[in-house]
Amino acid sequence: MRETAVATVEQLESWLETFTEFAKNAAGQKLPWLRQLREDAFARFCETGFPTTRDEDWRFTNVAAIARTAFRPASPAKLTDLASWRIEGVAAQLVFVNGRFAREWSQIDGLPKGVTVASLRERIEQRPAEVEEHLGRYADTQRDPFCALNTAFIGDGAYVHVARGVVLDAPIYLLYLSTQEDGPTVTHPRNLIVAEDQSQVAVIEDYASVGGESVVFSNAVTELIAGESTVAQHYLIEREHLKAFNVQTLRIQQGRSANVASHSVLLGGGLVRNNVHPVLAGEGGECLINGLFMGTGRQHLDNYMHVEHAAPHCGSRQFYNGILDGHAHGVFHGRIVVHKAAQKTDAKQTNRNLLLSDDAQIDTKPQLEIYADDVKCTHGATIGQIEENALFYLQSRGISELEARKLLLMAFAEECVDRMHSTVAREHVARLVSQHLLFTEGIMSKGGTGRELERIVEEVG
Amino acid sequence: MSLLEIRNLHVTVGENEILKGIDLTVNAGEVHSIMGPNGSGKSTLAQVLARRDAYHVTEGSILFEGKDLLEMKPEEAACEGLFLAFQYPVEIPGIGNTYFLRSALNAQRKHRGLDEMDAMDFLPLFREKLKLLEMDDKLMNRSLNEGFSGGEKKRNEILQMAVLEPKLAILDETDSGLDIDALRIVAAGVNSLRSPERAMVVVTHYQRLLNYIVPDFVHVLVDGRIVRSGGKDLALELEEKGYGWTEHDTRQPVGARA
Repeated sequence: MRETAVATVEQLESWLETFTEFAKNAAGQKLPWLRQLREDAFARFCETGFPTTRDEDWRFTNVAAIARTAFRPASPAKLTDLASWRIEGVAAQLVFVNGRFAREWSQIDGLPKGVTVASLRERIEQRPAEVEEHLGRYADTQRDPFCALNTAFIGDGAYVHVARGVVLDAPIYLLYLSTQEDGPTVTHPRNLIVAEDQSQVAVIEDYASVGGESVVFSNAVTELIAGESTVAQHYLIEREHLKAFNVQTLRIQQGRSANVASHSVLLGGGLVRNNVHPVLAGEGGECLINGLFMGTGRQHLDNYMHVEHAAPHCGSRQFYNGILDGHAHGVFHGRIVVHKAAQKTDAKQTNRNLLLSDDAQIDTKPQLEIYADDVKCTHGATIGQIEENALFYLQSRGISELEARKLLLMAFAEECVDRMHSTVAREHVARLVSQHLLFTEGIMSKGGTGRELERIVEEVG
Repeated sequence: MSLLEIRNLHVTVGENEILKGIDLTVNAGEVHSIMGPNGSGKSTLAQVLARRDAYHVTEGSILFEGKDLLEMKPEEAACEGLFLAFQYPVEIPGIGNTYFLRSALNAQRKHRGLDEMDAMDFLPLFREKLKLLEMDDKLMNRSLNEGFSGGEKKRNEILQMAVLEPKLAILDETDSGLDIDALRIVAAGVNSLRSPERAMVVVTHYQRLLNYIVPDFVHVLVDGRIVRSGGKDLALELEEKGYGWTEHDTRQPVGARA
């Protein structure tokens, strides 16, 4: 068994050593269920290794650069000032620096009764039974090696619990920062969000870098459990530097009549894979899967949707907009699975893309697997350029070409931004997108910077 | 100095020569009408003036207030005071009408060394012009031209013109597709902007609009050349006799048959 594993997993020794070391001091390692969960997941990872492009789910995304790198766990780091990273109007803010909960920068006081926000590590140690009820029950370690790897290394992340009937208007903000280190480092953020029946919650996950650039790999998994008639929103923002690898999995479990929205905004990262996997397990559920990805240089931004309809009378709507410049490569893989029991399913999928350069590339692929006979499933994808007529119209009124391009791109991006319910999240995202466009414009107008970016990314990949 | 001086303008699109030596002088305060059959090059002339780069100028020159217009980008021409009311205004989802118009005005004000207008200063001006064009301000909360009827789009063009106050306005078939009520409103809007400092070039296929916007000069464009020029009566004559008359009898002096 060990020998087969060596054949499939590059850098296995490094992972084994890291895992052995991790297991000595891991939170809750004395809990048999958690130890077992980690060990099983690690064994599964050793069996499968990292996926290759021969795997249908990974056809458009080559993760060899991750597979052949020997990562060590990110080190603890002290940051001096995080004032500029705060956003106004949130109910709570949790900051993680290099994967570790940074209490001094977090703000979790004053939450209403029935809302618990904590570090997962602490929760495992203090209230293991509560965590055991959900942790690892939904994320698919069998099928997804990254998920298995994350589960093997469950250490820290956010724990959010909203009691039955409790409505939390303001979002909970989770900020994951990575700092510059010597050599490649990895973190495995693990989040558990449990919204009990008839509750309401919104969570923002924001991944960013501070200081200089070193190779970092964020391998994150979030399990979001939405009870009956629960309204939950999840926001993912990826804005790390271009040497970052980021693999994200959001696994949503929806109860009866639950209304869940997943919003993803990919701006940064060199190689990003964004997995969104909702399972509509109760009748009458609604799921909105909304996303925006904007790549330039040699960024690779892959969105893998896996929407599972497991109960009747559920609706899902997917809207993803992509803007790609330079040599960027975008992927939208929209898989919809309608189980036999899921009659009267109404599933819709739309992917629109703007390619701003000849070398930018998009792979868009719908994949419908329908086992019920009374369902409605539609999908559509478009690929286009900035419309010359629109550009000329704006210019003919005195608006500069660069500003006109920016306005048109912002309008395209705002289709996605406007679907975000939370004002705090929407404004935060709009600000980041607008800044990102300015940054992209800098690349377009200064050839040197563009080449610089490509060089950096090539070194990584 | 004339506001606009076009000399021997030749323009090609792809392989085809569309304009074959146009000469036209427009002075401040004047209203010129350019009439002609479909495909004669009227819209090409309008688009070249607005600096659309799909058109290739092979010969000739255009001076705008003595400056070389052909050296200007569309936004520079606009900032210098040139305005084109589009034959087919473009729908742009996601950009609000009001926001767009204020951005355009501020881009032009900046070019002229004036302070930018904030939303509070802009609103009264905007309201006043809306009233002039009898437009519903609800439209203005929508995206640029999105879902507008043909008449609403044309009115929106004139609204933009009224806010931007250009020195030279080119109206490209602004009358096409308008019912008589909308035509009256649009014409009233245009007439309210007539002034000794401002000139207009009204491009049209039909004489109808010229009943409301009375031109000082009428030029007949056929197959890329101006074949006749005259006063407002020329338009009436054309209406009566059709463009065939000019095509077959281009050397006859204006009024010779009267």
